[in-house]
Amino acid sequence: MTAANKNKRFKAKHQRLVLVVVALIALIGAGLLATWALRNQASYFYVPSEMLEAPPAPDRAVRLGGMVQTGSIKTDDDGVTIHFLVGDGKETVPVAFSGIVPALFVEGSGVVAEGHLRRDGTFQADNLLAKHDENYMPRELENMTETEVKQTVAETYQ
Amino acid sequence: MIAEIGLAALWLAFALALLQLAAGVMAVNNPDTPLAALVRPVASVQAVLCALAFGALLLLFARTDLSVSLVAANSHSAKPLIFKLAGAWGNHEGSMLLWVTVMAIAGGLIAIIERRLPERTMIATLSAQAFVGLGFYAFLLFSSNPFERLPQPVPEGMGLNPLLQDIGLAFHPPTLYFGYVGLSVAFSFAVGALITRQVTPDFARVMRPWILGAWIFLTLGITAGSYWAYYELGWGGWWFWDPVENASLMPWLAATALLHSVSVLASRDALRTWTIMLGVVAFSMSMIGTFLVRSGILTSVHAFAVDPERGSFILALLAIYIGGALVLFALRANTVAEGQRFSIVSREGALVVNNVALSAILGIVLLGTLYPLFTEAFGVKVSVGPPYFNPVSAIFVVPMLVVLCVGPLLRWRHDSMKRIRPSLITVGLAVLAALAAALIIGGTDLLPFIGILLSAGVAVGSLLPLRGRSLRRLPLAVWGMVVAHFGIAVALFGMAADSAFTQEELVAAQIGQSTTVGPWSVTLDDVEPIAGPNWTALEGRLLVSYKGGALYELDPQSRNFWTPFQQTSESALLTRWNGQLYAVIGDDAGQGRWQLRLWWKPFVTWIWYGGVLIALGGFLSLIGRVAVDLRRRSAERRIAQRHEEAVS
Repeated sequence: MTAANKNKRFKAKHQRLVLVVVALIALIGAGLLATWALRNQASYFYVPSEMLEAPPAPDRAVRLGGMVQTGSIKTDDDGVTIHFLVGDGKETVPVAFSGIVPALFVEGSGVVAEGHLRRDGTFQADNLLAKHDENYMPRELENMTETEVKQTVAETYQ
Repeated sequence: MIAEIGLAALWLAFALALLQLAAGVMAVNNPDTPLAALVRPVASVQAVLCALAFGALLLLFARTDLSVSLVAANSHSAKPLIFKLAGAWGNHEGSMLLWVTVMAIAGGLIAIIERRLPERTMIATLSAQAFVGLGFYAFLLFSSNPFERLPQPVPEGMGLNPLLQDIGLAFHPPTLYFGYVGLSVAFSFAVGALITRQVTPDFARVMRPWILGAWIFLTLGITAGSYWAYYELGWGGWWFWDPVENASLMPWLAATALLHSVSVLASRDALRTWTIMLGVVAFSMSMIGTFLVRSGILTSVHAFAVDPERGSFILALLAIYIGGALVLFALRANTVAEGQRFSIVSREGALVVNNVALSAILGIVLLGTLYPLFTEAFGVKVSVGPPYFNPVSAIFVVPMLVVLCVGPLLRWRHDSMKRIRPSLITVGLAVLAALAAALIIGGTDLLPFIGILLSAGVAVGSLLPLRGRSLRRLPLAVWGMVVAHFGIAVALFGMAADSAFTQEELVAAQIGQSTTVGPWSVTLDDVEPIAGPNWTALEGRLLVSYKGGALYELDPQSRNFWTPFQQTSESALLTRWNGQLYAVIGDDAGQGRWQLRLWWKPFVTWIWYGGVLIALGGFLSLIGRVAVDLRRRSAERRIAQRHEEAVS
């Protein structure tokens, strides 16, 4: 028996082990990669007072949640860009959004805006999430401040 | 009366599942007891009873029996009949009843049909199936009774969430459930084989049609769900990496891996423990998906009821089944003898790459889906979306697809790259051609760019196994593989082209005003109010033309439902072979203007055509396998017959 053949036999004998090791390396690699990427790519949720206290980096995708302040929605001349204030009872953050707003986006109601904080302090929203119906609202809105929970609950189950 | 019959049938089915489990456990190490003969009939009767209970629920919904709490809460007499029936599973209790019904019927079918495995393995399998079924029966009966009566019948039902009042609802959940629950059969077979330690190619052949069937339904369910979200939600996206979508993707990934590893086991008697492991993982993913969707831990249109008690119940079931199966696996895996060996360059080797990559992607999706729940426990709210899922999963998708280009060309056991060099060159040329085309068009991001190159390679590579073979004599299973792999190329091209070339236009248009999006010119012709059976709407009439050609009409609506009150936006689509024009009408923008959002999405439809091709491939392969099996059975019967004649 040649050495090469012997070597092959040896390898074959431990094939199961080799396969297990390869699979483990790939899976652990995937896990580490995922953990690393999650820390960098997850978009964090802010309420206005948190956003003013520790503003996120301008290029970072984050979510901003709160109440659309009464009387704050203004539409630009182009008819599709709106500006409004989102508040959490303490602070407010101005938000700009271009697009068709979701059905239940109204003043005095809850909203979650996905986007990023511009350098001028305005939150540029790429997407707005409002309550879809009386049973569904963005989960981030579930534990805002005490009064808002009450308000939202009142809205939800009226 | 009907509700009581349904409930009684459900209780009886529960009792029979208990009997099936008890008889099975006693018979598995003692096949001579009369109890062994009990297991199969009990499984089939249990299936019939469960189907009866589900039929009762359908009847209650069809008649809108408002004395039943579930009907009152989810239906309305003014709904069209198809949505009344679909409403039976458009809620938590009904959908769980559908789940156990499908599961009981699957168990009944294997009890009736499957005769190839040793009886001990079958008994162990059916006991496992009963054990899993028991948990879900208990869940239904003790915490989500669909047949509960109201103390007082109500005059009118509360209606169904308008988002769910769509023909998609009639098919989407049952399709996904057939897939989810079909995997329970693979799970039970895996547990049964672990108990009796008989992991053989025969076992793989018995398991394969079930996995194929479940996988076809999952593929169709995901494809349909994606298209539904695409046109119903009006955001122009076809996949959102929403936890609920991931809940259906994860079992699909596991089932895809299982499908490939079970083929290795059936043809080559290798990858034994790995296949068992995947059988356990695949159904675990179905259950995790159900837990995520049904527990109310995620709030979405799919989470019907937020009820912590139910969440804990499903979580407990999850821990028992997954934990139990993994413990059994840990105890028994070592005692399953090692299978046949193979070299790295071989069909098996390529399939190992497929399996490892799919498992890694599964891990990535699972972590991304659970991460927000995990951080929430520490009071940090995050959401995880495409910036995580797309690039991180691509790291494993890309090598997997590269191997897919050549894997099917390799021989079993041992092969050399030299032998398939002409094929490699053909695939390389296809990728180069795509590269040239992509560079000429230009302006795409990295991922779509890679996607376009890979789709060309996979498309050509998937067809190469047909070369030099008689197309008429090619086994159906090989056709199935070719069609499914080609479908992957088609879907991938659709995804890449959509994200690379989509054009979007957002305007506030006056009546009569025109705008352009991509090659289309769009004129807002009119906006008028219209009324439907349970809604009113504002409908825009758009006149559109492709590159100055013929005029078509598109009518997007903004609808207001009143039971329950809700506004939805009904997009309007115009499909050409090379893409779709997608139009949404929004609110009154003041000064007689209306908000319009338009997308031109080149080749976006190829995503779903690809999905259908993948499922079709699975279907061809399923037919091929079953036909071969039937032929073999009848041949065996004839041989036995002749033998008898010769003896007498």
